[in-house]
Amino acid sequence: MTLETVVRPHVENFIAWAKDKPEVVVVTADLTNSSEVGKWRDTYPDRYFSAGMAEQNMLGFAAGLAREGYTPYIHTFAVFIYRRAYDQLAMSVAYPNLRVRMIGFLPGILTPGGVTHQAIEDVAILRATPNMTVLETGDATEVESVLDVAQAVDGPVYVRMLRGVMPRLFPRSEPMRLDTARVLSTGEDVALITAGVETEEGLRAARALQARGVGVRHLHVSTHKPFDDPEVLASIAGASRGIVTAENHVVTGGLGSAVAERIADAGLGRRLVRVGLRDTYAHGASRAHLMREYGLDALAIVQAVERVVGEPLGIDAEELAHTEVVPVGAASRNADSL
Amino acid sequence: MPDPSAAWHDRTREVAAGIRRRVFEHVLRHGEGYLSQACSAAEMLALLYTHTLRLAPLDAPIVPPPFTGVPGPGNPGYRTGAVYHGTPGPDLDRFIFSPAQYALALYAALIEVGRLDPAGLEDFNRDGSTVEMIGAEHSPGIETTTGSLAQALSQAAGIAVARRRRGDTGRVWVMMSDGEFEEGQTWEALANAAFHAIDNLRVVVDVNGQQCDGLVTSVGNLEHLGDRVRAFGWSCDEVDGHDLDALDAAAARETGRPHMVLALTDPTRGVPLLAEKAPLLHTLRFRSPEEKARYQAAYDAMAREAVTA
Repeated sequence: MTLETVVRPHVENFIAWAKDKPEVVVVTADLTNSSEVGKWRDTYPDRYFSAGMAEQNMLGFAAGLAREGYTPYIHTFAVFIYRRAYDQLAMSVAYPNLRVRMIGFLPGILTPGGVTHQAIEDVAILRATPNMTVLETGDATEVESVLDVAQAVDGPVYVRMLRGVMPRLFPRSEPMRLDTARVLSTGEDVALITAGVETEEGLRAARALQARGVGVRHLHVSTHKPFDDPEVLASIAGASRGIVTAENHVVTGGLGSAVAERIADAGLGRRLVRVGLRDTYAHGASRAHLMREYGLDALAIVQAVERVVGEPLGIDAEELAHTEVVPVGAASRNADSL
Repeated sequence: MPDPSAAWHDRTREVAAGIRRRVFEHVLRHGEGYLSQACSAAEMLALLYTHTLRLAPLDAPIVPPPFTGVPGPGNPGYRTGAVYHGTPGPDLDRFIFSPAQYALALYAALIEVGRLDPAGLEDFNRDGSTVEMIGAEHSPGIETTTGSLAQALSQAAGIAVARRRRGDTGRVWVMMSDGEFEEGQTWEALANAAFHAIDNLRVVVDVNGQQCDGLVTSVGNLEHLGDRVRAFGWSCDEVDGHDLDALDAAAARETGRPHMVLALTDPTRGVPLLAEKAPLLHTLRFRSPEEKARYQAAYDAMAREAVTA
């Protein structure tokens, strides 16, 4: 079974999804096509609001719409939501617990746009923001199903959204569910917990690791907050050697920190190695280049697992490049275990 | 055109005088407080609450409930200070209060027009009370979080657009202070409200030339404010903020655009003694018993005048 590649799934899906939801409106700040809502605007012109390139006002304007019963879906680059307009996000949107959905594109180091366009600390900041729900998409199925998850939350929601070409890792029949991790493989040596585009890297790493006899219980996380899924704790507790997390984000305050909190809260005392940006900004270059340069690729995950198990496993970049990633749903998992 | 009948003028003047008196009395009793804001904004608050705003009446003045938690999933019963403005309706106005540091003057206004129980002022800045020193979303008369200044106008614009989409005929009024025009967000909001032609949006600004550090002219540059606002696509009238007829005429103007009234005011109006504190008028503190005694005497004279009137 080979991986399906999907082109711009959000464009048509969001249009179809919003058809019977007149309360859903879109607010943008001069990045309409870049946020894949150009066709949405043309389809529903009276439900579309240009805020101009002015994000502080946009957050407050959306808050006002939400107070009156509309559900604004802000679409712009993630950095311009949480970094440029944080006081407005916190005081106008999050404090009153309003139903504003912030669809943030270009999470982490996915863009050659450089440091100004790379949202590398958004999860940390928004996880620390009271009332906020924080979601992250990892494939086309999650881009399509995150809307239902967000819409069901009675409060503000921030989404790390993917755009353009992306894989479909998870079957359409298995949509994203709030605070519910996906179990992608089972094994008792290491728990590998990944989010967003790191999951594809993790799948590649896990396959190579399993082939070396390392048992990997791989979890895909799509909800950063709340972060109470019992599956996460059970996987941590069941990992005899330790835990590796991988995130398209700084290792401070994001997924790795959240897992560390769960470990400490439960008094488990497990070894944890966090893959991610290590207290650094990045620069403008291709995704593949940046993932290698900053140690966010499959090889970096393998090396993290080597640190956890305490031995070299002889897996190199060449081998990983030839490791095929296959779709992972409940069905394929059962087939694997046969 | 201004309403020629004298009835509302008398009532509005009475309310304005009551706002100054209540705030002055409160500041004397507590030894400090926000007096200059009441001096500058008394007429505009009085006009809004007695004449301009179309708000549903209340059965009785509201006694402020104690603080029972911030908004959030664990607190479904959270209510904003909008309840003091009565049940909203499609043909009724909304009043969004931006300068949260003016809260004491706002509370006094609500008491004068029978929307807040006078005992509510005793809860001002008291632990566990909703009558916060810098007005919060649950404080009387306040329905958005604006203590971080200049955030209300954007929210009011969103509310106004939503109301327009719904077909409401009521307007959305915002009160602001001039210092808020130093924040970039204000200009973002002005530009975008004009872009969307939000003509059910009205703003009254207390241009008292004062901010926390002192004179606005010593902190930033707000020259030609009316010209700037008009250049952003709004209609804008500059009037004497203590002249009820002028304020009323400017507020009543239908221009087909978002509309702003710049009320030029005197932050010592009614308490001329305050001029000696200039330019630091943001909060009044008494330096000595003698000083306080002079202010007490000024208050006593003001109270006697009220009784005579």
